[in-house]
Amino acid sequence: MVKEENELVNRPDNTAFTQQRLPAWQPMLSAGIIIPGFVLIGLAFIGIGVALLITSRSIQVLELDYTGEDQDSPCFRCSDPAVRNCTCTLQFSNDRLIEGPVFFYYGLSNYFQNYRRYGVSRDDGQLYGDLSYFKEPYDQCEPYRFGGGNNQPIVPCGSIANSMFNDTFRLFQNINGQRREVPLDGKGIAWWTDYNIKFRNPTVTPLRDAFNGTVKPPFWPRPAYELDTSDPANNGFINQDFLVWMRTAALPDFRKLYRRITEGDYANGLPAGNYSLDISYNYPVMSFSGRKRVVFSNVSWMGGKNEFLGIAYLVIGTLCIVMSVVMLIVYAKFKFPEEE
Amino acid sequence: MAWWNPLAQIRDALTGQRVRENDLRRLVSNLPYEGLGKKKQPNRHFPGNSIKTTKYTLLFFIPLNLFEQFHRLANIYFVGLAILNFVPVVNAFEPEVALIPICVILSLTALKDAWEDFRRYQSDKKLNNMPCFIYSRKDKQFVERRWKDARVGDFVKALCNEIVPADLLLLHTSDRNGMCHIETSNLDGETNLKERKVVPGLCVTEPDFEPESFNSVVVCEKPNSNLNYFKCYVEKPNEEKVGAGIGSLLLRGCTVRNTDHAVGFVVYAGHETKSMLNNNGTRYKRSKLERKLNVDVIFCVILLLAMCLVGALGHFFWRQALPGVPPYLVPNSNGQVDSPSLSSFYMFFSMIILLQVLIPISLYVSIELVKIGQIFFITQDIDLYDEETDSRIQCKALNITEDLGQIEYIFSDKTGTLTENKMVFRRCSIMGTEYPHKENAIRLAVIDEPESEEEVIYTQQPQSPQHGWSLDAEASSPEGTHRHHGSRQKNKFAGNAQSNVAFSSPLETEVIPDRKLLGQVSVAESTISSSSQKMDPYLDFFLALAICNTVVVSMATARRQRTHKYPSSFQSTNPLDNFSNLLTKASSLRKVFAPKRDRSFSDASFKEDDRFNPFPKVDDSGVFSSRGQTVESNGRNYEAESPDEAALVYAAKAYGFILLSRTPDSVTVRLPSGQVLVFEVLDTLTFDSNRKRMSVLVRHPITKECVLYTKGADYSIMELLGAPYAEHLSGNQKTVVADTQYHLDCYAKEGLRTLCFTKKVVSAQDYNVWSVSRQSAMAAIDGREQLIMDTAVQLETNLSLLGATGIEDRLQEGVPDTILALREAGIKVWVLTGDKLETAVNIGYACRLLEDEDLVINMSCKNKLVCTSILDSTLEEVRRYGNDPRNVDTTPDISLVIDGHTLAMLLSKDLHGRFVDLAKRCRSVLCCRVTPLQKSGMVKLIREKLKVMTLAVGDGANDVNMIQAADIGIGISGQEGMQAVMASDFAISRFKHLKKLLLVHGHWCYTRLANMIIYFFFKNLANVNLLFWYQFFCGFTATAMLDYWLLIFFNLFFTSAPPIMFGIMDRDVSAEVLLGVPELYRTGQGAGEYRFCTFWISMLDAFYQSLVCFFIPYLVYKDLDVDVFTFGMPLNAVSLITILLHLSIEIKSWTVVHWIIMLGSVAVSFILTLLYTSCITCNSYWTLQKQLADPIFYLICIITTVVALLPRYTFHVMRNSIAPSPIVQARHLDRLDASTKEVWIKEWRGYRGAGAVKRSKLSDPPSPNNPRTPTSPDNLENEITLTSFKI
Repeated sequence: MVKEENELVNRPDNTAFTQQRLPAWQPMLSAGIIIPGFVLIGLAFIGIGVALLITSRSIQVLELDYTGEDQDSPCFRCSDPAVRNCTCTLQFSNDRLIEGPVFFYYGLSNYFQNYRRYGVSRDDGQLYGDLSYFKEPYDQCEPYRFGGGNNQPIVPCGSIANSMFNDTFRLFQNINGQRREVPLDGKGIAWWTDYNIKFRNPTVTPLRDAFNGTVKPPFWPRPAYELDTSDPANNGFINQDFLVWMRTAALPDFRKLYRRITEGDYANGLPAGNYSLDISYNYPVMSFSGRKRVVFSNVSWMGGKNEFLGIAYLVIGTLCIVMSVVMLIVYAKFKFPEEE
Repeated sequence: MAWWNPLAQIRDALTGQRVRENDLRRLVSNLPYEGLGKKKQPNRHFPGNSIKTTKYTLLFFIPLNLFEQFHRLANIYFVGLAILNFVPVVNAFEPEVALIPICVILSLTALKDAWEDFRRYQSDKKLNNMPCFIYSRKDKQFVERRWKDARVGDFVKALCNEIVPADLLLLHTSDRNGMCHIETSNLDGETNLKERKVVPGLCVTEPDFEPESFNSVVVCEKPNSNLNYFKCYVEKPNEEKVGAGIGSLLLRGCTVRNTDHAVGFVVYAGHETKSMLNNNGTRYKRSKLERKLNVDVIFCVILLLAMCLVGALGHFFWRQALPGVPPYLVPNSNGQVDSPSLSSFYMFFSMIILLQVLIPISLYVSIELVKIGQIFFITQDIDLYDEETDSRIQCKALNITEDLGQIEYIFSDKTGTLTENKMVFRRCSIMGTEYPHKENAIRLAVIDEPESEEEVIYTQQPQSPQHGWSLDAEASSPEGTHRHHGSRQKNKFAGNAQSNVAFSSPLETEVIPDRKLLGQVSVAESTISSSSQKMDPYLDFFLALAICNTVVVSMATARRQRTHKYPSSFQSTNPLDNFSNLLTKASSLRKVFAPKRDRSFSDASFKEDDRFNPFPKVDDSGVFSSRGQTVESNGRNYEAESPDEAALVYAAKAYGFILLSRTPDSVTVRLPSGQVLVFEVLDTLTFDSNRKRMSVLVRHPITKECVLYTKGADYSIMELLGAPYAEHLSGNQKTVVADTQYHLDCYAKEGLRTLCFTKKVVSAQDYNVWSVSRQSAMAAIDGREQLIMDTAVQLETNLSLLGATGIEDRLQEGVPDTILALREAGIKVWVLTGDKLETAVNIGYACRLLEDEDLVINMSCKNKLVCTSILDSTLEEVRRYGNDPRNVDTTPDISLVIDGHTLAMLLSKDLHGRFVDLAKRCRSVLCCRVTPLQKSGMVKLIREKLKVMTLAVGDGANDVNMIQAADIGIGISGQEGMQAVMASDFAISRFKHLKKLLLVHGHWCYTRLANMIIYFFFKNLANVNLLFWYQFFCGFTATAMLDYWLLIFFNLFFTSAPPIMFGIMDRDVSAEVLLGVPELYRTGQGAGEYRFCTFWISMLDAFYQSLVCFFIPYLVYKDLDVDVFTFGMPLNAVSLITILLHLSIEIKSWTVVHWIIMLGSVAVSFILTLLYTSCITCNSYWTLQKQLADPIFYLICIITTVVALLPRYTFHVMRNSIAPSPIVQARHLDRLDASTKEVWIKEWRGYRGAGAVKRSKLSDPPSPNNPRTPTSPDNLENEITLTSFKI
């Protein structure tokens, strides 16, 4: 028998795979299966949509523009780029309690943090605290790579760091003519991984020694090791405002988290009342017809307020139901070829 | 050499060049120069025998391979992009990263090339080191060397069953007559023995050959690749010239058989040998689909440029609109900001780099992989495997698989393609009397019966395990019975399988003599013995049958062992072979689990030995005894180059005229009386296609007369008839000729092949005169063929007619069924044959090329004027017929029958337009008496004029032109050697395989590849467009919202495997349904599924889907605190899911492999992305992890996928429900269970078949030729009846 096997050496193997006879599932896209499927999808989507919409509606957002373009705006004076160290105060009132925790964002419009050459203009080596990159920054940082009088390396180099947003805010509640400062929590506004892993200060104490022989970015008023002199855990490259800024926004109209209002009397939210916001207006936006705003918002499990997703689910769910009805009509009219 | 002179070297090299280019080469023996330095060697200019088929060397592999690869435009484009990346002002990606894809693709290809080259190197090395015997003067004997040591001018000895190492001019053999048998199956696949003869009069020192005494000069032509011609003469020292031809040349690669040893002079070595010159690589054809694809790639380029232009302009306007220099605008290194126009100019190139994936470079690689997979499955198909020859389908062209699904015209040869080319003697006519051999016919019919008595007899035969079909036992055991048994078994098997088809009864070479004729012969025999001077026409007829041929008699003891695969470069250098070998090995492991083979397969084992022994032996006694006991007494075996000859020799044998042996000088025949006659062969005028006849000139041993026996086609013989046969029959001659002609016509109508036999007695002085001119013709070196043919024509005059034979060439099994299926599939089948009109028409009806209710138009005219008018009126007729509204539903299929002479006129420039117009209205066309050149001319004409896909199928050397002219050439490895197979793109062993090859594999390959390509375009555009839409939100600055690596991974790993698997394995309709409903094939014809609009619809769909995939996440994240890479992650995921789900809508059947690859792709992409985003240095660090923890991410994924795929899904559903395409209906059919499906198909076919019969017959239109009178369809399946057929 062995011999006989050998005689037909070229005989292909008669297996289901080689003969292309593997058992197969052959789905047919016909209305019979689709109509109940569409109804189910439609109902599920409507359900999700309603839930999303309800959640989204429960989120309160208070948005205030302080660009100062208009003459009657309190910040009009500051919007002139020639004016330095300008502060302005924005008065606003809150009709009802914004439930806590309230997040305090600043927002920029028409600001292209996603400009390609802007986005790559950073040195992750430096930001990881690697001192060798302090001397020789990554060449994508050009033209913010070397600077100062002696052409010293810039730390942190690059365009992103250089253009860091530097308006600061103080929030006060006006109670009976008294200004009561609302405590703002600057911790935990950046990503945990950014703060703990991706960004590191050089292991040199004091921190400023690590920056010997380097210069600060040209737009910065003070060097990186003085970003927050009060708290070493918020200073240097792990300054949380810096971290937030370094995570470049995806779209030209964006907001970034500035502070959280979680402490003291305001842990449950911002009660209704009159507030004033002291702004130290430093960041120029006129050069790109941008706008600046502050946003107070609370968040839910789905993040910030977003009506779109809920509406989309509702619309698509309804569409599915409508289509299944249409298909039912088609079904009644044309019958199925299957049955022939 | 002690001295070294560059000048002398150059001079020597130039001389060498001149010597090699010379038309004639003068070669002398190397022996006198043995041991001298290289400079003194006379033959040093000719290459040695070592071969090197490798393309590369170790040192230069990389540059040479890169050079080779950059011949592809796609690669150049890719490298251009990579270079563009290094230009600092435009770089969108990190340049090093951008190099990855090109490097991956180049190195993959290089690896494949290196592997192939290494295989070639190994096979070269093995070949070069094979042992051979070369004569050494020092040792005074043949010493063992290696093949590579042989040089031109050496003397090489080849022993029995050894392979010849170089092209040798045969000088000496162990045979007394200087004969040597060779087998050339390694070269051309022909397994019959061929005779080679030593160059006469060269070695005087018999019986041992002394190479040292060889002092002649061999003058031969420049090396060429023709395996059948060789011109050479040997100049002796006394200036006498002896001519030698291919008959004295042992070709490299063939095997010496039946001869103890042969000594030859090396004339060509190494790469100059004929076999190496024939060894061309695989052919490259570009498929129709690929040509269309290239157009679409150009559209993609245009689209890409348009998108880049939009980007550049967008960037310009965006920059223009900026009132100042914003802080995010990065100045260049000088601190200056580029002007908007310059910046947008740079941006154009950056955009090209960003959107480059739009040009599907990986598509080309994927297509190649898909085709390799498709070919793997085609070659693995067990239905395309022929057990008889143990051969599966060979795919020689690797890149035209999908063309198989688009064929509109098939041009087929008849003999050997539609028919078996295994000839059975059926009838003969001698001196005007017809002997119908009824018993023979009856017996043949009996074998067709499935339940005949013989079966019982045979299965009762004892079957011990050590029976004769085990090859090693063969030589000693009396295997005749067993072998016979085996072939009988097989015949039964084959007969059972196809018993309902006319003509396809099993091969049977035994002939039962006609009683009447047997009586006549024995009467003649007795009269002869009384008066031995007179010859009788009956005896002469059978002598002619036995003598006038080139059949080789071989003894069973010398039976060849199974040919071991020749480890050489004759093996295809096809990369796929290696690949499929690997796969075969892998899958053979699985064999253990494979289902037990069916019974028919174990039957097949009986027939193995049959392959070397195509003609079972006949009892020597010539009397038909019970066939169960037919024993071959002395194991004689007839091997003929043409099967007709063998059939005739067997027929002669049945009447007792037994061909005992044949040497070039003599033929030994035993007469029925037992008398053994040895005829001296004076000359053999071999067959050629111009004369269409062959002759043997012998000297009769008793009468000492020179007798010329000629056989040939009737028309080539009839005009040469002269003197009537013997005097005592003189009065009858006229009627003999007329009667014979009548019989011939009858035979032809029966579909038999006819041959006429004549005799001529040549007087001694005529012979002497003729032989002188013959000798000079033989020695000529220029125009020798023509001269030899002229001398042949000189002698073949005044022939006396003896009789004629009718040989049946059976239709191969399954031919009518296959042709019917192909016709139903909308393929027009044309048969082009060299046969007579009547024979061809009958075969046409038998194989259902023509149907009874068809309107058959005959075109046969003598001159062009008539031809033109007939053509015009027929065309007019056919047009009117087609336009007649009454005929819309009942139009009979029109068939055209043309003869070769008319065809020549129709193919002329002024008529061919009208001819094509006529031909395209005909369902089938039958051309007779066609020359090979006309065959290819016809194919070219149809292909160019009608712009259709053509396929040519043939088995013989005469089909090679046609096979090469067609879009797809298919060779049938049959009885006539391998030339057709060598020239073909696909080689099959039976015509019926064409059905599955086209209807199933063709359809599958085409739909798979077409859908895969469309999907590929879609995939790339859908993916790239996401980046494009993002440009509107990043100031057109060519930013990607994804990490560069992930972008590259997306195409390289995440979405590459599913389309390839889709292209290899998807199955829209099962094989059974495709075979059962051939109409489904029509979906691929013409434009097929891959159309202009399909391409653009899928492009639009890609635009839509990418819009959805981009803008839903955009609207969700608008105004929120989302960073670039967090934004990119859902886009990437959504895009991946949509693209894969889109594919799953397209996938028609899901097997385990599909599931694994689809789910695997998703898993791999997520795992890889997770791994990548865990890497701290990457920009998108931890983004996916963060997203996976966010419910919004999932909500986005769900809704986006649904919205993106909803239109396509709905469209599919609606189309399937409202207007299902034939394919969809077939898929519904496919879902039924097996038995219902079968019933359905049967009903469907029955309905249609009945329709065809019931179709109202219209009154015959007044065409110039009468169509064939319709007969009842009942006798279609039976023997062909002689119906009236007028021309």
